[in-house]
Amino acid sequence: MNIVVCLKQVPDTASKINIKEGVVDTEGLEWVINPYDEYAIEEALLIKERLGEGKVTLITMGPERAKEALKSGLALGADEAIHLTDDAFKGSDPYATALVLAKALKKIDYDIIFCGKQGVDEDHAQVGIALAELLNLPHVSVIVKLDISEDKKRAIAHREVEGGKEVVETSLPAVFTAQKGLNEPRYPSLKGIMAVKKKSIAEWNSQELGVSPQEVGREAAKIKMVEAMTPPGREGGKVFQGEEPGEMARKVAHLLREEAKIL
Amino acid sequence: MSNDVLVVAEVREGELKKVTLEMIGKGAAIAQALDGVVNVVLMGSGVSPLADSVGRYGAKKIYLADDPTLENYAPQAYTKVLTDLIKEIDPAVVLLAASTRGKDLAPRVAARLAVGLASDCIGLEVQDGRLLITRPIYAGKAIAKVVEETRPQMATVRPNIFPAPEPEASSTAEVVNITVDTGDVRAKVIEILKEAGERVELTEADIVVSGGRGMKGPDNFILLEELANVLGAAVGASRAAVDAGWRDHSYQVGQTGKVVTPTLYIACGISGAIQHLAGMKTSKYIVAINKDPEAPIFKVADYGIVGDLFKVVPILTEEFKKMKAES
Repeated sequence: MNIVVCLKQVPDTASKINIKEGVVDTEGLEWVINPYDEYAIEEALLIKERLGEGKVTLITMGPERAKEALKSGLALGADEAIHLTDDAFKGSDPYATALVLAKALKKIDYDIIFCGKQGVDEDHAQVGIALAELLNLPHVSVIVKLDISEDKKRAIAHREVEGGKEVVETSLPAVFTAQKGLNEPRYPSLKGIMAVKKKSIAEWNSQELGVSPQEVGREAAKIKMVEAMTPPGREGGKVFQGEEPGEMARKVAHLLREEAKIL
Repeated sequence: MSNDVLVVAEVREGELKKVTLEMIGKGAAIAQALDGVVNVVLMGSGVSPLADSVGRYGAKKIYLADDPTLENYAPQAYTKVLTDLIKEIDPAVVLLAASTRGKDLAPRVAARLAVGLASDCIGLEVQDGRLLITRPIYAGKAIAKVVEETRPQMATVRPNIFPAPEPEASSTAEVVNITVDTGDVRAKVIEILKEAGERVELTEADIVVSGGRGMKGPDNFILLEELANVLGAAVGASRAAVDAGWRDHSYQVGQTGKVVTPTLYIACGISGAIQHLAGMKTSKYIVAINKDPEAPIFKVADYGIVGDLFKVVPILTEEFKKMKAES
């Protein structure tokens, strides 16, 4: 069973985001594996452990620093990694990213493809699904549970929807995007960290992938950023303290009715 | 290409969701600026009766794809039906809800059409004949203004941002039945597991009552449920409460949970970490109840109470009950 996990390196979620000249300033930020991709990696490892066989391959499209994310993933137990990197890729939109990933996947064997449901930087939540379309594969997004059939030809996934869950059956190969709650991501062991040295990280550029520079990067982007801005600030209002709880509760209830027009 | 806007109706359990009306209202404004009209597509099984109510909100045409093969949502099936329609009527703009379904369907359709898609939009203005789109990035820590180079321009729209128009009893739309061909469908819903209880969905709720670490345990959420019952509110939880196993992840509000934009958000025993704020700081009014006067939540609350939530919440419930009885 070949399991591929597409991951993205993003700024840590606790980062303060500064805007400099209309763009997000990524200087000095701490970079991590996208949190949703951690669920994807963990699920891949769990499947391999459950089946007692298989290979977990990590893929990322990103600049040089993205290799660190691949190494972190390898330390968790993935078997090998592929780094898709080229100056031409810089500024790619979700479509171009999916295109590059699709070209890479066409060069390898896969039974299951995992992505995180969205990258917590740009929050597009499109790449995994677009990838499935470009590979002409079925997809199931925001999964919180996954079971593979005995014959490894089908899978049953639970996905989180409004008001409950949908249970979806799909043929394999398929693309799944991981939602929080799918599993509890593990921490790397010391043994796992040491083992990274022996694992391969292949590097493929646009030429090796058969991607023309016209299809990717900022110029080719179908959705273009005009400007990034800081959101309007929110000021604090009235804070009650030191009074009797009932008094404070009554005051707020009445303010909500009088000022906020609730009820 | 026409100058028309196509709104993909959000239907769940046979009901037209309010976000559909919000999109029709916004879609009509966009269409007017483009010198076109707003049309709606209704997909599902047994959805024909909804065409009447859709017509009253300003849609010119309703494309009806009513077929048993569309009873449950299936990405490949809905993608085929929608892209076939889009290729046929060539709209300038296509709007879907930023619901679980919309966020699943829109990217597949956009990829099939090889067009750009703006996700979870909170602003859609027409400037120089095209959309200037506003959407949050970095969990709302920044706002992006974007434009799309491809046609149709596609966007998923966040619920509770745009106002729903008033219905006009005399308005009707022309219903056009479309032939449904779902093509090759390899992923299918085989069962739906409904959550117990009839509460309004978090992302669509007008009022949300939310609990965090200060709730001290799952059983205490009953206090919030009682308050929510009186207010007709949804119940939410912080990541701390979810990770502690007190509430299912579907209740989580925040960066790795849901983003909510209610008129009122009541945060009980929630400290207000950046990742939680990411999920609720665009609420119209925020009330915070916390024992700790230094809790960051007080910096964004319109009304804050430094106190014991176990004493404050029941009294709030009582007060609202009284107010409801009076009115």
